Amino acid sequence: VSVEFCGLQLAHPIINGSGTFDAIAARRVFGERLLEDFPFAAYVSKTITLEPRAGNPPPRLWETPAGLINSIGLPNKGLDGYMREDLPQLAELTSGASGRSAIPLITNVMGATAEEFSRLVAACDARAEIAAIELNVSCPNVKTGLDIGADPGQLQEVLRTVRELTGKPLIVKLTPNTADVSACGLAAEQGGADAVSLINTLRATALAPLGRSAGTGSDGTSTQRDRWLGGGTGGLSGPAIRAVALAQVAAVATRVSIPIVGMGGVQSAAHAQDLLDVGATLVAVGTESFRDPAAGARIARGLA
Amino acid sequence: VSEEHAASAPFGRRLLTVTGIDKLGAYRVLRACHVAGTGGGAVDGWAPRPGQFAMLAAVERWGGGEGERPYLPRAFSVARLSDGESHFLLEDVGPGTRRLCELRAGDGLWALGPLGHGFEPPSAGRRALLVGGGVGIAPLAILQDTLASDSPTVEVSVLLGFRDRERAAGAALLDGASVATDDGSVGYHGLVTDMLAAEIERDPHATVYACGPAGMLEGIRALCAHSHIPAQLALEAGMACGFGACFGCVVARRGGGYLRVCVDGPVIDSAELERVDQHAGAAA
Repeated sequence: VSVEFCGLQLAHPIINGSGTFDAIAARRVFGERLLEDFPFAAYVSKTITLEPRAGNPPPRLWETPAGLINSIGLPNKGLDGYMREDLPQLAELTSGASGRSAIPLITNVMGATAEEFSRLVAACDARAEIAAIELNVSCPNVKTGLDIGADPGQLQEVLRTVRELTGKPLIVKLTPNTADVSACGLAAEQGGADAVSLINTLRATALAPLGRSAGTGSDGTSTQRDRWLGGGTGGLSGPAIRAVALAQVAAVATRVSIPIVGMGGVQSAAHAQDLLDVGATLVAVGTESFRDPAAGARIARGLA
Repeated sequence: VSEEHAASAPFGRRLLTVTGIDKLGAYRVLRACHVAGTGGGAVDGWAPRPGQFAMLAAVERWGGGEGERPYLPRAFSVARLSDGESHFLLEDVGPGTRRLCELRAGDGLWALGPLGHGFEPPSAGRRALLVGGGVGIAPLAILQDTLASDSPTVEVSVLLGFRDRERAAGAALLDGASVATDDGSVGYHGLVTDMLAAEIERDPHATVYACGPAGMLEGIRALCAHSHIPAQLALEAGMACGFGACFGCVVARRGGGYLRVCVDGPVIDSAELERVDQHAGAAA
């Protein structure tokens, strides 16, 4: 089941969703056994921003029917910290040492403007350890309040800017929180993207249980009942969104000719096969890894 | 904490078999071992230290309960190791714990672990004050067992607080506990932190080991900080994965930023915390 993706040869079509598997922490917990049975054919980093971020105040999680809302807030060490501290460790654990096949490293970056994306992409382009770059375009435009990736025109403009800065594969992580995801996919392709990945989490929120105070909305709104999440809103993932993911991947596949990384609620090889059958080239596993860290390997074996 | 202490869990969850479930007042003690036929009942490579935890989920009917939950596994301290069995202390407080409380001998149990950093033994000459509240007494039982076997010269005192008589029955999990109840139905009528203050007054040359509701842990943190006594607090936080992947289980760190309870804890030196967050405790 080896597969070619944007010029990269992968052992199988299963990778991780950005921000759902901290390989550095997992290696501390599980030791060398993680490397012997690494669950993903390529490894996607969590989102890196120019400046360090501490993330949102807790609570950050809310369990829903067959799903999870997270409001993590993209904690990361910032671009310099990532390049200095995390990338060497990630490169070591994804390298082909001691008989293992190398696992291509995909770095996910998010900027608030085309200029920020440019600095992030240029920095990634300069590092040989990075095989491909994924753009998280779910950051709100400070002027419009809309996610950059929700507006096809704005998305294409960002892509045109960063496309000139790297010959490495550029993957655009599309947001599902938009009127027409396939129009955004087409805009990414026309802007020069090599692939698109979808779906990101669906915007969602939860109220504190009656009688319990919790975090207040980050927008400062005061309501009778507090929002549960410290960040106010979050993103829904897990089996609850699987059918939405299948529809959106199928819709984008009819509009673009570049490869697609499909994801959303995948728990089994059958779910992964569904996404492959509607046009995905790779499938990413995210929330299921929280339930079982070896889920990616299990799903890949099931596809073989 | 050493790397040797950190890398202990096999990669991936494993299948355990429930060997029994015992009523202990308001609580249940869930006993489980490795699937029969491998490792003589003992779980292969499973050597949890006091304070470490596991992510548990029933193999059957994990989901479809109240509100179509549970979905994610739930974190539980290992309460005791005995005759190849691992014990976990449960209180029915929601759809996850309710499903686990329904398990019967022979049922399958997914377990990921042991996870996290546990308790460190007291430094030379200090006595150990074990302070627990509610279902949070669980990791203190294995700590008491381990201190008795590995550090027999350490003097150990156990102070436990509960809401009422039904919950105070949980004190039987440990030996020789002094008990406080909120309603005065058993033992001292008041807070376990009052008993701790008296113990510290009597002999401050101690290390405090604590697990329980957030309010209790914050009281202990403040008391120990004031008395310059080292305190190791076992925290709890809503957690999706248990191995550092989800970044959901954070508590604010003194001086800024956050700690992940799963990989930086769950046992955290109280000096690392400005205060114990209201979401970082066990069910009362």
